[in-house]
Amino acid sequence: MTSDPAREHAGEGAFAVEHELRRCFVLGLAGDAAAYRRCLDGLATHLRAYLRRRLPRALEDVEDILQDTLLAVHNARHTYREGEPLTAWVHAITRYKLMDFFRSHARREALHDPIDDDDLFVASDAEPADARRDVGQLLETLPDRHRLPIELVKLQGLSVAEAAECSGLSESAVKVGIHRGLKALAARIRSSA
Amino acid sequence: MKTDDLIDFLAREPAPPPGRQTERRRFSAGILAGLAASSLLMVGLLGLRPDLTQVSHTPMFWVRLAFPSAVGVAALLITLRLSRPGTRVGGSRWAGLGLPILLAWVLAGVVIAQVPGDARGALVLGHTWKVCSTLIAMLSLPSIVAVFWAVRGMAPVHLRLAGAAAGLLAGAMAAITYCLHCPEIAPPFWSVWYLLGMLIAGGLGALAGPRWLRW
Repeated sequence: MTSDPAREHAGEGAFAVEHELRRCFVLGLAGDAAAYRRCLDGLATHLRAYLRRRLPRALEDVEDILQDTLLAVHNARHTYREGEPLTAWVHAITRYKLMDFFRSHARREALHDPIDDDDLFVASDAEPADARRDVGQLLETLPDRHRLPIELVKLQGLSVAEAAECSGLSESAVKVGIHRGLKALAARIRSSA
Repeated sequence: MKTDDLIDFLAREPAPPPGRQTERRRFSAGILAGLAASSLLMVGLLGLRPDLTQVSHTPMFWVRLAFPSAVGVAALLITLRLSRPGTRVGGSRWAGLGLPILLAWVLAGVVIAQVPGDARGALVLGHTWKVCSTLIAMLSLPSIVAVFWAVRGMAPVHLRLAGAAAGLLAGAMAAITYCLHCPEIAPPFWSVWYLLGMLIAGGLGALAGPRWLRW
């Protein structure tokens, strides 16, 4: 396989992407929001291309699965172990969400395509299509205890400290509240699929 | 919501939440709570064996206790791996699960070889073979809930397998508590019926995994 120059080039490119995304991701886990945003942006473009290749017959679903996967990556970020390849970790999550999609849509024929490990970061696609389901609307259906911490921090743009002051909760309660709320949001997305 | 807005929204809070979400705390809490609940169930429904103090001075009591303990440690190590996306369980962890089972069977074989042929069946069946595995599986139920709670704090992607490993861990925890009730001490007995009880719990976990562990 390494004798194919095009493929070798793609492999080097993927390696560079892995390196850069991992760096940003680790910075993000340490609290660097700008680096984390760069990482999610980079992940989104690569995942979009990956999903579009995987789902040529379901392109209209790609943006939904992409958002679902990004939310899953975010909700699972504490399970990434520094030093391990980010590609393998993201790929496992993406494949899990893809399988979930296949299951709920019973498009079993698409499972016959083998899902390779090595092509996740090879191509990128920054051109989003419209998502069919609105995560924002699903957010509004969450109960207050899940919705409020998310709205204060994520939508109104308060810092965690400000949100804690504003809601009378401790900072770690706000953080845990957001974490639980986003997991509840992911569950809403699942049941709406 | 557009994907770009979603990213904006997620990137506002990059660091993972502190404390309770971390793996070690979550699994320690789950295992302690499961052991406590299964023990309470065991004491309440079955009771400690009356000669527990005397029998705890015999080496075989501790050998028997070591069997589910070793299976439990191995199942825990496998469960931890299966709780993270993109990691492989690895041959050594599977071997770690096989080893205590193999050793128990070797020990059972040695014990069986020492008794005359017509007494061997009785040694394997003991007095309680009809209920032993079922009771262990029953005691594992609260532990299954507790271990599943710990795994749900992580991000398993192979739900059936992760459920089976978590169930096996819960079964081992139940078998540990059952040791304090069980009157049988002969290796040919517990190397079969304890194992079966733990495997039933693993099977329950495999059934529950795809539903309870989804995220």
